[in-house]
Amino acid sequence: MDSQTYINKVHKWGRIWAVITSTCILAYPFILAIVFGAWPKASTTLYALGSVAITFWTVGFIEVLTYTPMLGVGGTYLGFVTGNLSSLKVPCALDSMDKAGVKADSEEGEVISTISIATSSIVTMAVIAIGVAFLSLIYDFLQSEALAPAFDNVLPALFGALGVVYLSRYFKIAILPICVMLVLFIFVPYLNSGMVGIMIPVSMIITLVYSRILYKKNKI
Amino acid sequence: MDFSVNHPLIFIMTAVVLLVVAAQSVFFLVKAYRRGVEIGMEKSVLNATIKRSALFTIAPAVAIFIGLVSLVKMLGVAFPWLRLSVIGAVTYELPAAETAVSAMNLPSLTAETMTAQQFVTIAFVMTFGISLSLILAPITCKRITGGMLKIKKKDERWMDLFMASMFVGMLAAFLGYIVCDLGFVQTDAGIEFHYQLEYWIPVFVMFISAAIMCICGILLKKLNWKWLNDYALPLSMVGAMALAIPISILIS
Repeated sequence: MDSQTYINKVHKWGRIWAVITSTCILAYPFILAIVFGAWPKASTTLYALGSVAITFWTVGFIEVLTYTPMLGVGGTYLGFVTGNLSSLKVPCALDSMDKAGVKADSEEGEVISTISIATSSIVTMAVIAIGVAFLSLIYDFLQSEALAPAFDNVLPALFGALGVVYLSRYFKIAILPICVMLVLFIFVPYLNSGMVGIMIPVSMIITLVYSRILYKKNKI
Repeated sequence: MDFSVNHPLIFIMTAVVLLVVAAQSVFFLVKAYRRGVEIGMEKSVLNATIKRSALFTIAPAVAIFIGLVSLVKMLGVAFPWLRLSVIGAVTYELPAAETAVSAMNLPSLTAETMTAQQFVTIAFVMTFGISLSLILAPITCKRITGGMLKIKKKDERWMDLFMASMFVGMLAAFLGYIVCDLGFVQTDAGIEFHYQLEYWIPVFVMFISAAIMCICGILLKKLNWKWLNDYALPLSMVGAMALAIPISILIS
């Protein structure tokens, strides 16, 4: 089977699974309403949905455009169902491709990215399921204030380790977007932790334009 | 039917959806593995990817579970279990639930006092408020990946830089996120300037993680500890997260 035939098959499988999983996930609140005989008020639900959708549909739209090229075909169909993309699946897939020595845009990259995201999804579900099974035993421990700083700092710990590898490797193209993002997040009060989803594409565009200029000038 | 946020039926519904998503993950894992073997990739490379991805995932997955625990008081166990195992992240789910509560003109909600209608309203808002990418990704995937292929055919070197730039851009945004509580910050009291040590904790954790990663790199090169290659990233993460505890105690 040649590469294009395989990719077309992945698209076909992905779309079939997308229909199955989307139906299951989106039908969930309807089944709840039917089972418990309790339908929400349309006006309240639509009002709340509007407020949530303004932010999270924008973030979702941006995530689809930005993460699809990085995740590959299989990784995209899987990653957007299993979630936690920027804090887990994307770094995990990119780290796996890097360690396996394959490019994201090659068929080997497609294979490694899909294996990585599938494994990460299964492990995440398993960890959460184990946690739920023992929740009554560990609830107080997990709620303890002493432990909070560790789990409040997962992203700094993740991006510190990843950052030192990738930013040193691509220092020339990284220096400008890092400076711009640091200045923006420190000096613009409106930019808080909830705004990172919006700022990712801004940062990506700055990096792309800057690296294109450097590339055209033969500086990288 | 009597309602409770931890009603067995809600657990059964959650388990069914999770099993379907787990089946999808296993399906793609098996297909990709077989394809890797078919195109001549070493099984050792594919197995190492599985091992590395599993190790990479454990610490963030525990953090996701902690996020679930934070939702339990409000929504019980079954529904947050579903939301945080698929699609969602706690950074999306909690604000979505709080928006629904505020739209119902309620000051706050707990699992004990919640009615079926309130629970279903929250479920609708959380499900549909964060569903765009679920629907959009399968529609646009072929077009976007096809476009990337065209760029690659035209200029392969630029394609490599394009992919690197995308990831570097994402990393730069997250470095900004790490310092977002420093400097000028919008609070309920207005704009404040934060410079105190407590706001530097994420920055210290980031540097510690980077330092551990560098030490691992040096050990890997100098002592030829190849096994460390698989563990460097999880070690750096867990080490930095663990050190966040004494740092917080010291600063406070």
